[in-house]
Amino acid sequence: MVGVEGSYNDKVIRQFSVMTVVWGVVGMLVGVFIAAQLYWPALNFDVPWLSYGRLRPLHTNAVIFAFGGCALFATSLYTVQRTCHVRLISDKLASFVFWGWQLVIVAAAVSLPLGYTQGKEYAELEWPIDVLITIVWVAYAVLFFGTIVKRKVKHIYVANWFYGAYIITIALLHIVNNLAIPAGWMKSYSVYSGAVDAMVQWWYGHNAVGFFLTTAFLGMMYYFVPKQAGRPIYSYRLSIVHFWALIAIYMWAGPHHLQYTALPDWAQNLGMVFSLVLLAPSWGGAINGILTLSGVWYKLRTDPILKFLVVSLSFYMMSTFEGPMMSIKTVNSLSHYTDWTIGHVHAGALGWVAMISIGSIYAMLPRLLRLPKMYSTKLIDTHFWLHTIGVVVYIAAMWIAGVTQGLMWRATDPDTGTLVYSFVEALNATKPYYVFRLGGGLIVLSGMFVMAWNVFKTFRLAAASTEPQPLLAPDAADARA
Amino acid sequence: MVPGLITAVLLVLFIGATVYLWRPSVKPEMDAAAQMPLDDDKEEIA
Repeated sequence: MVGVEGSYNDKVIRQFSVMTVVWGVVGMLVGVFIAAQLYWPALNFDVPWLSYGRLRPLHTNAVIFAFGGCALFATSLYTVQRTCHVRLISDKLASFVFWGWQLVIVAAAVSLPLGYTQGKEYAELEWPIDVLITIVWVAYAVLFFGTIVKRKVKHIYVANWFYGAYIITIALLHIVNNLAIPAGWMKSYSVYSGAVDAMVQWWYGHNAVGFFLTTAFLGMMYYFVPKQAGRPIYSYRLSIVHFWALIAIYMWAGPHHLQYTALPDWAQNLGMVFSLVLLAPSWGGAINGILTLSGVWYKLRTDPILKFLVVSLSFYMMSTFEGPMMSIKTVNSLSHYTDWTIGHVHAGALGWVAMISIGSIYAMLPRLLRLPKMYSTKLIDTHFWLHTIGVVVYIAAMWIAGVTQGLMWRATDPDTGTLVYSFVEALNATKPYYVFRLGGGLIVLSGMFVMAWNVFKTFRLAAASTEPQPLLAPDAADARA
Repeated sequence: MVPGLITAVLLVLFIGATVYLWRPSVKPEMDAAAQMPLDDDKEEIA
């Protein structure tokens, strides 16, 4: 093996990895608090900045963009360096991306409780923060694609395609959906109105799910599942077909968020049909990940990191079956606006996104710190069971509550045509399940504290020995010689 | 008309790419690419 001078920029990856855990704890803590508020409304203490309406967007922004975002920055910058055999193009730019993104998160954490919002779900942040996001995102794109441009291997590994698609698409979505006329430093009006505004919002909203919470995490899957299993991906050909099919179809599924609204019927049907077709690429990718374990399933007995990764794929399959089903108009007439949607979102967010992120961070950290493994494998296993049980309790509670709500809301007396139940009767029927939701959330949160302790102790172990990791040889074929 | 044609062209391109990828001659390149995440582990073992 020919030695190669230079090393990877792992500092920025360590920074993002630590903040993934920190923001994971914070975001889920806020989630648990607002889950408690839904059962005990007095927990807002009549303080405006503790009200549910302000803290709920804080929770969603924290878990999606802070926790999920930091996990994606960490893993994408790790993957692009390892699969391109080069260091990131600029340490200063990497540092700017890290600190810029933390500034965005802090700005969100301050402005949302203060009540500053654009009123668009998952795009609540006001225009000055949106401008900052755009600047940081462009810097991230230059960093990522610049590193690909100066790669020392010919082929661009498929995980980088997924990460690349996510970076480009999120830039497009963010800019188009946040086009607004400022009316002060923290107030603006969207350039869109009426049904067009709703359509642009949910074109953004569903593609935030599709590209931020799916495509990017599939990039994570395509690197860390083979890595942890110690086997190449089951079918590299399928990964390419999967990539193009997924990104081509996802873009059109957004209208399913607006079934039975003022949106034209043809657009609603279009959203439903594309959502149904999405099942094929979604399951194609998930099966590709799961079959990578062919021949090494025994590793699941001893490797809780692999358990995180494989169970995340199971949740991915489950939620990508459930999503298309919920987009069917007749099913949607039962499920929309109910807690079933909340259960579906958390099957995806806690089951798929959080588990693949947690598994990948556990897989990556020892390599970043030049350690053979995390401080405690047993604690990873404990975390795995806490997380899995917590998610199942949460989503089962929300399924039951949601279907109950849907059935009660639409029940009519055949003789008089009037509603059988008042809204408060449906609320009373679902209230007990809110305790189970809170319990599930608390179990998941306790798992995150276990992770934080394990990560802290791992860093303590490595404190004296974090020497830079040398670059791989320029050519992949040479590296395997 | 034009959107329909674009859709048809994209569909043909997709099917063409799929057929191309499953040609036996492409297999060695695909297999080599699939090894990329495992490269640094091999180096550590070496």
